[in-house]
Order: sequence, then structure tokens, then C-alpha cells
Amino acid sequence: MAQPRTLFDKIWDSHVIAPQGEGTYLIYIDLHLIHEVTTPQAFEGLKLAGRGVRRPDKTMAVADHNIPTVNRAAGVAGIAEPDSLLQVQTLERNVKEFGVPYFPITSIDQGIVHVIGPEQGLSQPGMTIVCGDSHTATHGAMGALAFGIGTSEVEHVLATQTLIQAPAKNMLIDVNGTLGTGVSPKDVILAIIAKIGTAGGTGHVFEYAGSTFRDMSMEGRMTVCNMSIEAGARAGLVAPDEKTIAYVKGRPFAPKGAAWEQAEAYWRTLPSDPGSKFDKEAHLDAKDIAPHVTWGTNPEQAAPVTGRVPDPADEADPLKRAFIERALQYMQLAPNTRLMDVPVQRVFIGSCTNSRIEDLRAAAAIAKGRKVADGVTALVVPGSGHVKHQAEEEGLDRIFVEAGFQWRDAGCSMCMSMNDDKAMNGERVATTSNRNFEGRQGKNAKSHLMGPAMAAAAAVTGHLADVRDLG
Amino acid sequence: MDKFTELTGVAAPLPIINLDTDKIFPAIYLKTIKRTGLSQWLFQEIRFKPDGSENPDFVLNQAPYRQAKILVGADNFGCGSSREHAPWALLDFGIRCVIAPSFADIFYNNCFKNGILPIALPKEICDELMEDAKKGANAVMTVDLENQTVSRPDGEKVHFEIDAFRKHCLLNGLDDIGLTEQKSGDIGSYEKKAELARPWQFGMTQKGR
Repeated sequence: MAQPRTLFDKIWDSHVIAPQGEGTYLIYIDLHLIHEVTTPQAFEGLKLAGRGVRRPDKTMAVADHNIPTVNRAAGVAGIAEPDSLLQVQTLERNVKEFGVPYFPITSIDQGIVHVIGPEQGLSQPGMTIVCGDSHTATHGAMGALAFGIGTSEVEHVLATQTLIQAPAKNMLIDVNGTLGTGVSPKDVILAIIAKIGTAGGTGHVFEYAGSTFRDMSMEGRMTVCNMSIEAGARAGLVAPDEKTIAYVKGRPFAPKGAAWEQAEAYWRTLPSDPGSKFDKEAHLDAKDIAPHVTWGTNPEQAAPVTGRVPDPADEADPLKRAFIERALQYMQLAPNTRLMDVPVQRVFIGSCTNSRIEDLRAAAAIAKGRKVADGVTALVVPGSGHVKHQAEEEGLDRIFVEAGFQWRDAGCSMCMSMNDDKAMNGERVATTSNRNFEGRQGKNAKSHLMGPAMAAAAAVTGHLADVRDLG
Repeated sequence: MDKFTELTGVAAPLPIINLDTDKIFPAIYLKTIKRTGLSQWLFQEIRFKPDGSENPDFVLNQAPYRQAKILVGADNFGCGSSREHAPWALLDFGIRCVIAPSFADIFYNNCFKNGILPIALPKEICDELMEDAKKGANAVMTVDLENQTVSRPDGEKVHFEIDAFRKHCLLNGLDDIGLTEQKSGDIGSYEKKAELARPWQFGMTQKGR
């Protein structure tokens, strides 16, 4: 009998073209998503070498990182910052020159690259998907092997539609049970990262399995897979099931007619075989997971919101202790401070982690009938033009605006603040994004990661808050 | 890509775990469309004071380490973003080798694409090399890729492991794309087979609507 294979093994095996030296393989890439930040140097490389794009029909471009989230109707001309403008113009010139399909920034199809892939039906089960962005793991929620690459690899994929890779190891992330009231997929992934550490998945691909993920919506699975990289994993996957198939069906780039039947039959063969072996495992019980916030400058530095800032003195390892001390110094937090006593000045609801319709609904449910606290600036940035449109159809925009939130156009925005959306003068931010690294949301910005309802709760109370107290 | 055969130079100590690529190269400077001249933004937040002057406490601002060619780092070096600007900026500063107990996957990969050798060694050995690197002008090490050794300032040689294919590419300064293009026949046959098995994945971004 054949050896049982994991979902990852199956996708890997079906994409190996040839061995490329010892332990290294040439693998085929089914879908290459590109954006303005990590491609200019790759296209320049192609031009210098006289190479073209091998498969424009497997490549899709969108600008998301640099673009303003106001006055989108002005198009590219509305980008005030000269370097941002140049980067978007460079992408537009390159996609034209190389014949790559592109969603213009004035289109309703435009959005954060990791939001629009699944939304458009481009990201499908069983595929290999790459993008010059570490949060490409998001597409793993579709049951695709999706991972981030550097610009040299972007150039390699553009030129050859392949990558030279060593196979990853398999790691099972098993979570079972029903999540408590007020506990979101973001809390699940923050709890996982806090448990296994920011390097806990290095060299591995996660498979998220167990009833908690089976019961989770596709949007929730995307939030979880998105942050796989924050635990060091190369990618994170959820096995395709009925929810996955129903999600893909009818989307613009999904297969249709006979091709749909064939695709669906193939997708049903993908889940890990019973008895599959994993190189590493982590197990969590859903009932033990509380709403989380981060207190430090790395996503593993997270704790239940009911907890306190840790004391570095409790850490025996000198380098780890220094890391915590540095984080607390940067965050200007004293050991043992109650997390719920920490005030915030800015709130960001958005990013490829938490800017989908379900996230906006969860935040709006808390914002409804309340007001953003005095001294707090709060932004809601939908993940795509379609998410924005749907939210407006549902009246979520009015709820946010009435509560005092700013309602913006789609883009990466304050996740890494390459556009004008940033924390000023070292403000403290409640953010639904994925990284709380120093300076990422503005100079000396102090970022606390959390789920969308928790961020809305912070906005209306003016401090880190337990969403369960707001009912 | 420049070949990497043997490298002798000052090693700078950077005992910071989880040193992320935002710290190596802040996102705000990712707006460049070039891959050269990036060292001006390397370690921006810790290397410079708010007024733009150098932070004298930061190791790469101290005399012997301004010429550092090697970094000795700590666990999970280069975690976070996939930005290749991080290795580009290191290279532009003159760093050709990073030694640490562990690396984040994407950063590790990106180094090889730019002629930088990342060396993973057991923590106990890294701790010793970290002490060596603190010796200022005497923190000189030699990295011999062919023989896979790091020579410590006292002459002791430490062996390291490296994937054979990556070693071959670095030693010869080979361009990955050129190598892969030699396999274009294999890629073409794979595409024919894959298009029969999974036809809906071909022409897909041009179909839509």
C-alpha cells in the first residue's frame, strides 16, 4: 500500500518538475501574484537579461502597499508621495510592457493582494501560489500551498514559472472544540504563536486541522493562515472541504462548466490521508483560548487581554530576557501592568489579516451605537473594492462613520504605513494587522495586535479592552 | 552575482534574537525601485538617532566594525517580511556572511540569491563566536566555503553544513535563472502534462469574468 501522504505532500509531489541537485527540486508555480513593492527590481532584471514573462496567464498584478486610502477616484494621479507614485507607475509600465493582467487602482476589483486572490476565485485548492510578500500564506486557507518569496525569486518565477525549493517538513496544528463568545480566529492564531514561538514553525508547513478550523468560516481560516509566517512557518494550509468548494464556486476566475466538475473532483482528493505522519505537532483546546492582545514587539509576545505585562526578571535566558526588556522599553510598558489599563490613541481595522467582510461585521457590531473615545483616531480600511461595496450595501459604513471611525478605500494602509496612514509621534495603536515590529506603523509607534471586534472595543473605550465586557 | 569562495574580515556581534527584517530595513524605505545603495537605510532605527546622527552605541558605528564583513547574530535571524531589501542593504554595507544559530526561511533563501553566505551553527558554538566577535580589531574570522569552515581569531576551525546545490551556486557565482533555463525542456513537458490533468489552471488570469 502507498505511504499515506499529507495535503502538503500531495501538492508538492504534483508540482515537482525535476530534481535540481541534492535535496533540491525545481517546482512548478500555478499562480504568481505581484504588487508594486517587490517587483520593480525583478522586472529590471528581466529587461537587462532580455527575458520575458513566461506565463502572463498565470500572473496577476495589483498595487496595494503604497496607495492612498482616500480619493481613490483620482487614480494614480492622486498619489501625492513622489516615491509611492513612481513605484505604482513603474508597476503599471511593467505590466503593460510584459502583458501581465492587472487590476487598476480605480477598479472595484483592486484590493490587498491576499484579499483579492481568494475573492476573485484565483486562489484555488491544490495550487502552488507565490507572491513577493510573506503573508502569501493567507491563500493556504483555500488548500493551496502558498508562500512568500524574495524579489530574486519573483524574477525567477516571472522568467520560468518555477522555483528551486527544498521540500518543507510537515507540522500539524491541531485545535479542537468550540471557541468561546467573543473569541475570534485572530485569537486562535495569536494563541498558537504565543505557544510555539515566532520560530516554532521554521522549515515547516503547517496544516491546521481539528474541529475548530472545520467549524471556522473561510474568512477566519484566511486570518489564521495569514499569520503562519509569524510563527516562522513557510506556509499554512487548511484541507479543502465543502466550505472551500462552495466559497470558490461562481467566483470570476473559478473554473466553470465541465472544468468545474473536473476541478472539484480533483480538490476532493487533496486532504491528508488517514495515518499521515507529521514531523512536529502542536495541540490546543479551543476552550482555553481567550481574546488576545500583544504587549511586545513580536507577534509571539501576546497574552489574554485579562492578563498583565510580563516581568523580564522571570526569564532565565539572558538573550530572551534582553529581548523582552527591549520590547517593554520600546512599548513604554512597566512589568505587571494590567493590559486593560493600557490606553490607545489610534485604532486600525484592516490589513490582509482582518479586512474581510466578516471582520468588518464583527467590528461594526461593537461600534454600533457607541462613539470612538476622545483622543482616539480610528480607521477602517476594507481589504478590497468589493469588500467595501458589500459593507456599504450592509450599512456597515454608516455604523462606523456615526461612531466616529474613518471609512477608507482599500489597501494595505497602516499595516506597514508605506502610504500616508500612520501613527504619529509614537502613538499607541490597537491594530488588526499581523506585525507589531518596532516602527512598522510609524516612527516609535507602539502596536498592539488583536482581532477586529477587540480593536473596535479599544476604539470606543480608549484603552485595551475585553470585547466580552461590551456585549 | 559575485562568487563566494573565501572571506576574511571583521565579524560584528549582534546578540539580538528575532532580529526582524523591519529592523534590518524599515518598510518606509521599500519605496525604492533600485537594489543598490540601500546601506544608507540599513538598521535605520537602531543605527541612527532621531536627528539623523549616528548612534555611537550601535556596533556597526564603532571603529573596527565599520569594516565588518561578517555578522554574528542570534536565534531566528531575519524573521518577518520577505523583503530582499534586507540582504541587499547588508551586501551594500559590505556584509557577505551572517552566522547565527537559526534563520528565518525566506531571509535565509534571499541571502543565497545575493552572494551572501548564511551559516547556521549550534548555539554553543555561536555563543563562542559571539565572544570572539566582541574582540574589536581582533575579531577577524575567515570563512572558507569550499572546505566549509569558519576560522576563529585563535585559528581554531569550526565546520559548518550547507546544502550542496547552494554551495555550488555560491562558489561559482551562478545565476539561478540561467540554470533553470537549461531545464526549459523539462518545464515544457511538465506544462503539457499539467494542462491535461488540471486544464482550468491554464490561461486562468486571462479568462475571468
